[in-house]
Amino acid sequence: MKRLTLIILAACALIMLLAASDLPDWADPASPASSHLSPGFVEQAYEATHTPNVVTAVLADYRGYDTMFETVVVFLAALIIMIILRRTPHRRFCKILPHRPQRQGRDTVLKGAAQLIIPVMQVFALYVLGHGHYSPGGGFQGGVIFGASFILLALCYNLEFTINRFRERIVLLCCAGGALLYAGVGALCLAMGWNFLGYAALAGILGVSEAMARSHGILLVEVGVGITVMAVMVSIYYDLASGGDMREGL
Amino acid sequence: MLSRTPVKLVIGLAQLSNAVNLLIFTAAGLTRGKPPLVPFDAARPEGIVSDPLPQALVLTAIVISFGLLAFTLVLFRRAHEELGTQDIDEMTEGGP
Repeated sequence: MKRLTLIILAACALIMLLAASDLPDWADPASPASSHLSPGFVEQAYEATHTPNVVTAVLADYRGYDTMFETVVVFLAALIIMIILRRTPHRRFCKILPHRPQRQGRDTVLKGAAQLIIPVMQVFALYVLGHGHYSPGGGFQGGVIFGASFILLALCYNLEFTINRFRERIVLLCCAGGALLYAGVGALCLAMGWNFLGYAALAGILGVSEAMARSHGILLVEVGVGITVMAVMVSIYYDLASGGDMREGL
Repeated sequence: MLSRTPVKLVIGLAQLSNAVNLLIFTAAGLTRGKPPLVPFDAARPEGIVSDPLPQALVLTAIVISFGLLAFTLVLFRRAHEELGTQDIDEMTEGGP
């Protein structure tokens, strides 16, 4: 069995090395990607999508499929982590934190600081999410900051307090809803007779030009990505901190 | 990466994924330019700007490696709970 695995591995490595010899040189400015693709994006992105940040345009418009399945991968990661940690618990060997202390009497300073910081953090997260068109930012970054604000709440108060405010069912709905919003925008474009994720199809619905419709489409999918990433961060934290039983933890 | 302690393997995995991200980034060549942002009332970026494509690719790669890392961490935690060992060689015993 091991020998067979080794032979298959060696064969795959050989094929990859053979293919690698045909690739353009390392960091070659004359390679097709550098001489046609990227300058094309830089030249046309603004006129085609009305999005001043070319990276966002490439990420959510030209490479829309990639980003959609990336969102799905993150969603699946949260789902699988939940499945792994929640399978019928028989903790024979659980020596990590055998007695978990209740964190009721948390520090007043921590709580006060959290009360000050968390609203600012959440507003900043929404700013980063919405400003992805004009400056570095976007769904992933904004979603991570938003998720971190809930994790900070759980750290400064306790897990129960956070779960009471942001229930697990809602977290899961957000996880799926964000990915669904992304796919839904794509399907809407399909229903309008364009390609999947061809945001220009939204021009008729929104009553704007095609380039502007692509800009709005990018914003919609970024919001979807943001919701999913935020909920995934919170979900993974809930599962990891409580060992899957959602009762106690940090 | 080849360590028998799960924690070291996870740290190695994090470093490896960051290294791969850097590799993707340098594969397109580094440019000494401004970020690819179109200024107000202009149709295209002015002067030399950096390549937007590897940035978008690496953003994807970062997120995927985050998912992978979280998954590995949870897998090891679960394996530790079930098997009561911290040694990867002992974990595979009785397996394929």
